[in-house]
Amino acid sequence: MPLPRTPGTALRQRLAELRGPEVPPKALDARALAALAANPGCKRRAILDGAGVNKATLASALGSPSGFGQSQFALARGNTFEARVKADGGAELLRLVHEKLDPGAVPPAEAEVPDLTATGPEGRTARTALALRDAHLARTDSGTGGWTLLDHPMLALDVAGSPAFLEPDAVVVHPDGSWTVVEIKSFPMLDGSADPAKVGAAARQAAVYVLALEEVAARLTEGGAAPEPTVNHRVLLVCPKDFSNLPAASAVDVRKQRAVTGRQLSRLTRIEDIADTLPEGTCFAPDLPTAELTAAVESVPAEYAPECLSACELAFHCRDRSRAQGAVTSLGRSVRADLGALTTVDDVLAAAHGRSGDPADPTVAALRRAAALRAEALNTTGVSLPAPELPFPEGAVCR
Amino acid sequence: MSLIATLARLEAVSSGRAQPAATVRHRHLSDRPLVLVPLTTAGEAGAPLGALVGDDRDAPRLLVVPQPRDRDLRFAFLAELADVVLPFIDSYADAVEAAERNETDPETGKRVKVEVELCADAPQLIVPSRAGIEFVRLLGRSMRFRRTAEQDPETPHPAPPRVPLLGRWFTHYGERARVPGSALLLALTDVLSRHWATGQSTLEDQHLGALLAWIDPPDGASGAEAALRAELARDAKGQLLCPPAGPATDPAFDNKLLAPAIERFNRARTAHAAAEDGESADDRLGELTAAERELYALVESRTRPTWDAVWHGLDLLRTLPEGAHAVDRWTRDRWSFTGHRDRVIAGEPPQPRRDDAVTAANKLATREREQARLEAQEALDDPLVMAGRRLSGEAFAGEVIDVVMTYSEGKRPSPRPLVTVRTDDRPQLGERAKVYRSLGGKPQAAEFVGHENSPEDGPGAEGSVIVLRVVDKMGRGKEPEAGSVPEKGDLVCFTLFEHEQRGGAKLPDADQTPWTHGGPPGEQTTTATLPEADPVTEEDVL
Repeated sequence: MPLPRTPGTALRQRLAELRGPEVPPKALDARALAALAANPGCKRRAILDGAGVNKATLASALGSPSGFGQSQFALARGNTFEARVKADGGAELLRLVHEKLDPGAVPPAEAEVPDLTATGPEGRTARTALALRDAHLARTDSGTGGWTLLDHPMLALDVAGSPAFLEPDAVVVHPDGSWTVVEIKSFPMLDGSADPAKVGAAARQAAVYVLALEEVAARLTEGGAAPEPTVNHRVLLVCPKDFSNLPAASAVDVRKQRAVTGRQLSRLTRIEDIADTLPEGTCFAPDLPTAELTAAVESVPAEYAPECLSACELAFHCRDRSRAQGAVTSLGRSVRADLGALTTVDDVLAAAHGRSGDPADPTVAALRRAAALRAEALNTTGVSLPAPELPFPEGAVCR
Repeated sequence: MSLIATLARLEAVSSGRAQPAATVRHRHLSDRPLVLVPLTTAGEAGAPLGALVGDDRDAPRLLVVPQPRDRDLRFAFLAELADVVLPFIDSYADAVEAAERNETDPETGKRVKVEVELCADAPQLIVPSRAGIEFVRLLGRSMRFRRTAEQDPETPHPAPPRVPLLGRWFTHYGERARVPGSALLLALTDVLSRHWATGQSTLEDQHLGALLAWIDPPDGASGAEAALRAELARDAKGQLLCPPAGPATDPAFDNKLLAPAIERFNRARTAHAAAEDGESADDRLGELTAAERELYALVESRTRPTWDAVWHGLDLLRTLPEGAHAVDRWTRDRWSFTGHRDRVIAGEPPQPRRDDAVTAANKLATREREQARLEAQEALDDPLVMAGRRLSGEAFAGEVIDVVMTYSEGKRPSPRPLVTVRTDDRPQLGERAKVYRSLGGKPQAAEFVGHENSPEDGPGAEGSVIVLRVVDKMGRGKEPEAGSVPEKGDLVCFTLFEHEQRGGAKLPDADQTPWTHGGPPGEQTTTATLPEADPVTEEDVL
């Protein structure tokens, strides 16, 4: 099995230098990828993830540690539930796949569960691809149509020029040869519905697996004439039912998430190009002095928005910078969208209070009207408004 | 976010303090609200860890589940919670006043006025954040289908007697909280951020500590510094100085403090159960009590700061005068409370897992209507909100510069005065558009006649002159009643939106409802049996 295109030795060397000597790379997971796709313009995140820098450690070294962490209770609960779902050779899991996604197929009386253990992510990826090929050949050549369950397979996806290794909870091969991604989550499905935000996150994550599986499928048939196996665009989401630990499942259509994520990944600025813009000797090793590290991080531009707080370990650092620069985006992307070319707090306030700006500019005119209406409303009700600092003399010349 | 709100946020950034986003308080606050600060166990659904609850800020009741995965301990917690919440609710159920309600007479089919009871006040529940409201809903859902031993002697794990009832009330409160403008169950972060604009994003406003830091920073600090400290500062043990307002806990707390404490409790309990003689049992009971006490202290240490913050936030809100229409919306909350009280008394079954089509349609219609009502009422109560509507062209304010008396044509001519208003606002008036102003609390309608070039100003001057024809609220006579027509020099404010919301079309009767929506065919037999209980996990652990 050929692995996905690996980055050239030169780039790999360059990324290793960026990471720092003797720092092992941190693998990208599907969650990180989905979050990366949510903020595709952020070069800082792209290069750090691409180089396999551990952003949590980096954030601590910068003095703005991330607030991320997982409670051991949640972890234990997630593992127990997953083990329960996959018990008995995945009988319950396959029953759910059959019931929710493929009720026309033969019931999964027994299933193959190939052994996927191997050393290292590359080995496991190759092992997974092999198991998928065997399952595919068994169905196309000999026509034996059974069920196959791949427990924690490993998939590789080329992201901005470097491979990311992904580990779905399970992949099921149907009797007709199609593949389905299974995502097991420990948030509850209450009366058939779950928290939309969490389902959305799970769907984005599953979409990344679907993309990676499609690459595997395409490579399976690269030389041969056999039809490419289909990767189902409906994934199976398995959650605890109500307040119990019994599994409940629902098919989730991820076509939209797949299209969005695929597009975002393809337009991610290529890591090579970003790496080329960095000054010689840039390094993100967490044991460097803080000032040096800060300078290194600052040499890559970031696109901070409040949404980063829930997705990126470096968010607090970037937020401090964004606030220090007075960027209006730190108040939200929608705020910035309202303000046109005015991107800093001081610019906006100066324009609103008539100290600068061209009144013919619609943004400036709207701001002045808003400021006047606001002042009028506050004055009539006697709510005190802090005196605007730097009062300009009457008739100050507008720029 | 409107430009005015954006501007307020930017001013908050530059001044270092939150800026007013409202000049009056748009939600009713009870004199004696019940505050609930719940904590939940990470990863588990409906497994509370503990709570501070009560209506006395100096004496909250601390409830703790020492081992959240133990069903009996969870039930004990819920029973204790019911012992606090239900008497509080009951204390409002008995004080009633007479009110009238329109009902359809079942025999004649006519609308008649019926004298009914309306609770004089309603119990108000306050939680720290929006996640708290979701948790109240979740708890309600987890409790209302439980069976007590009395209801079903066969049930494998009977719930304590008052727990299902608490579940029904929590469900009602959670459902009511989705109605715009309601105040039965309030999330403090929502109410505070409605009234103040901070120098951070709406996402960050969800953090109660940070929000309060902007609104009322401690002496000498700027809002930004104080908010940062509230968000991130940790003590020597790596614990947040300002614990999250819950119900989710900080993972560092779970891993470093809570998990070892629960482990000690587990061990002490096993040892106690295995004790062979009375003396060693006494010793081990001492260990068990100590382990339990430690857990109580831990939970209190995470909830007490939030408890104090909630009351501090309530104090801040009380500094604003209540908006004139807030009491009108509170009356609707009282109706809602009275309605559910009556359903409970009548012995109706708990709210179903899923609403039927008719109930769902009614709920949606209510929410839409209340949203429109809320927007109109907030604008009328608060010049700052009205300023936002004026900015967006949905209202205009100005001075009356001329009034000309005209009359309608017809047998009995009625007054139709033409009022000319000069305004700097730019309302988006269509031909013959209706506009409204508030006249003694009632809306008076006028019709847009046209723009007039003002004689004094040359073309291109700021503002415009608008001619309106007043069409109602002037009495029955030929001459309008005194004070019902604006006079020259008056300052007036007209809105393009209606002040009062009309209900939509009524849904058809049950026998006219198609079967797709729950109507006939087939007699709807209202079975007296209880809805099925949830399936329970066999092992005790969740």
